Amino acid sequence: MSGQSIAVYVPRDSSSLSLGAEEVADAIAREAGSRGADIELIRNGSRGMYWLEPMVEVTAARGRVAYGPVTVADVQSLFNAGLLEGADHKLALGLTDEIPYLKRQSRLTFARVGIIDPVSLHDYIAHGGYRGLATAIAMSGAEIVQEVTASNLRGRGGAAFPAGIKWKTTLDQNSPQKYVVCNADEGDSGTFSDRMIMEGDPFVLIEGMTIAGLAVGASEGYIYLRSEYPHALRTLTQAIEAATRAGYLGADVAGSGKPFRLEIRLGAGAYICGEETAMLESLEGKRGVIRFKPPLPAIAGLFGQPTVVNNVITLSSIPAIIADGGKAYNEHGVGRSRGTIPLQLAGNIKRPGLFELPFGLTLRALIEDFGGGTASGRPLRAVQVGGPLGAYFPDSMLDLPIDYEAIAGAGGLLGHGGVVVFDETADLAQMARYAMEFCALESCGKCTPCRIGSTRGVEVIDRIIANRERGDNVELLRDLCETMTAGSLCALGGLTPLPVMSALKYFPEDFGLSTAKGASME
Amino acid sequence: MALDHSWDRAAVVSIVASLKHQRGALMPILRRVQDELGWVPPESVPLIAHELNLSRAEVHGVVSFYHDFRHEPPGRNIVRICRAESCQAMGALALAEHARKRCGADFGGTSVDGAFTLEAVYCLGNCACSPAVVINGELLGRMTPERFDGAISNLSRR
Repeated sequence: MSGQSIAVYVPRDSSSLSLGAEEVADAIAREAGSRGADIELIRNGSRGMYWLEPMVEVTAARGRVAYGPVTVADVQSLFNAGLLEGADHKLALGLTDEIPYLKRQSRLTFARVGIIDPVSLHDYIAHGGYRGLATAIAMSGAEIVQEVTASNLRGRGGAAFPAGIKWKTTLDQNSPQKYVVCNADEGDSGTFSDRMIMEGDPFVLIEGMTIAGLAVGASEGYIYLRSEYPHALRTLTQAIEAATRAGYLGADVAGSGKPFRLEIRLGAGAYICGEETAMLESLEGKRGVIRFKPPLPAIAGLFGQPTVVNNVITLSSIPAIIADGGKAYNEHGVGRSRGTIPLQLAGNIKRPGLFELPFGLTLRALIEDFGGGTASGRPLRAVQVGGPLGAYFPDSMLDLPIDYEAIAGAGGLLGHGGVVVFDETADLAQMARYAMEFCALESCGKCTPCRIGSTRGVEVIDRIIANRERGDNVELLRDLCETMTAGSLCALGGLTPLPVMSALKYFPEDFGLSTAKGASME
Repeated sequence: MALDHSWDRAAVVSIVASLKHQRGALMPILRRVQDELGWVPPESVPLIAHELNLSRAEVHGVVSFYHDFRHEPPGRNIVRICRAESCQAMGALALAEHARKRCGADFGGTSVDGAFTLEAVYCLGNCACSPAVVINGELLGRMTPERFDGAISNLSRR
């Protein structure tokens, strides 16, 4: 590539593509060609500010300048205005790094997402990639695990279990074959952080898994990727090939003398396979039915061998932790929630996107300052935090800090960091019904309260809505939820009562109950 | 027009032969069959079971467990509509109803002329651009009934 060419960035992330980024990239290439302009078109990940996508960036003398949201119809006028010099235009957003919604973030895990060409190993290394692995190679497995423990990193998939403890358990097993499995079955509505990493910086996940392998003594890794993410499959596949060619994966990882190989396996549209033991069953080629614990997967996991199972974001946070020290990571955050979390704002919101922030910000600050309120402009009615198994909160609870313990203390869960906003048109009785319907659809069938209770739950809620023996049926619903909570092995049956009971508690009028009566119902 | 239920046995034999030696081979095999044929023909189950030394019940159990695996051949166009919470907050249910009428198919079904198969999905990871749909493999965001009509207008009913 000539040194004179001007770098123009158009995201290749699937959400940007869903808004026409491919057509915009084609139009830019055509327009540059017809003007004889020498550009280097780079397909980056998204910066996560989806209200500005497709967002085009140009490397100007003063830095990277952004324009958005760009449509094909804007391309000619952008060139006329001087796009390639970073000139002003009605879509100009100024220097990308100065956009307040980006500037106010603490991007540790997402440090490179949207900046680099995701499948360029050269870009990855030039932007600090593989520093963590280089550090890890000089350490013993126990030292790496100690560093992860010191970071206080907790599983970002939803369960928030300390990663260091999991790793130590696997490290301590005496077994010739161990595995690292990445849970990339990101099924929660309102979440897309895993997708953005895999599409925007796949090497960071590969590096994190490689470090995990060195730490616990595992020579093989699997990424269990949901089938709904074909673009992530493409970028990950290219990145694994590039890392293998360069010797970062294979029989001798980066000259360490230790092997680590990585394989992607696709799911087939089962939400339950995001539960770690169901995922292991699926990887073994079986129905995704959950397993009893114990034994823990860290002791007897994939094919019966000790297995570290972590979410994409957890593993992608590892390289920075090892490179810069667990202590530096631990300095972010509040209470027992340390580090940063990529929060994903979705649903009826003016500025939807991903914001990586230290724990501790309030839900209100996220929704109002970053999100700008509802997309419809109507008053906010409810917020579901933590995916389909998370609670619905009313406006009066939005001053809760985003912190695992604070949200759990309020009867919810932070989960994978998804926040879905609903305006006043939402019917929370219907959302409660949907939660039961979803559970019925996705239940693996192992536990009776989940398999059958969810279907009974839909029927009971229908009777409440239809005002058939409403009082008795509300009691029945509470009882059913208690049974599901106590009698289900995993989070699907065990936590479906959260959205249901929170909807009933905070939005009783949607169930035809008086506010006073609903509020008294715990 | 009835859907054509014939299937390419040789293709399945070749897929099984190329993948059967890896650990946990059943899922990758079914995935590939589905991706190449568009469905997993029930008649292919005994063949796959025999090659993997599994019972037919085990293979059928896996095929029927996962939502992706179709038991019927799909129509010429496949429309998938996200019905999860984020998309619901942005009007997905009205969009789903519109799509049902427009495609002439119920969710999980195919229009009588074989033009459209309509499927519900629960999260496409496009929640920041809700509501989301996938038409013939292409993800589209911020969908409206009007844009939906535009997107399928070029697709053949024949």
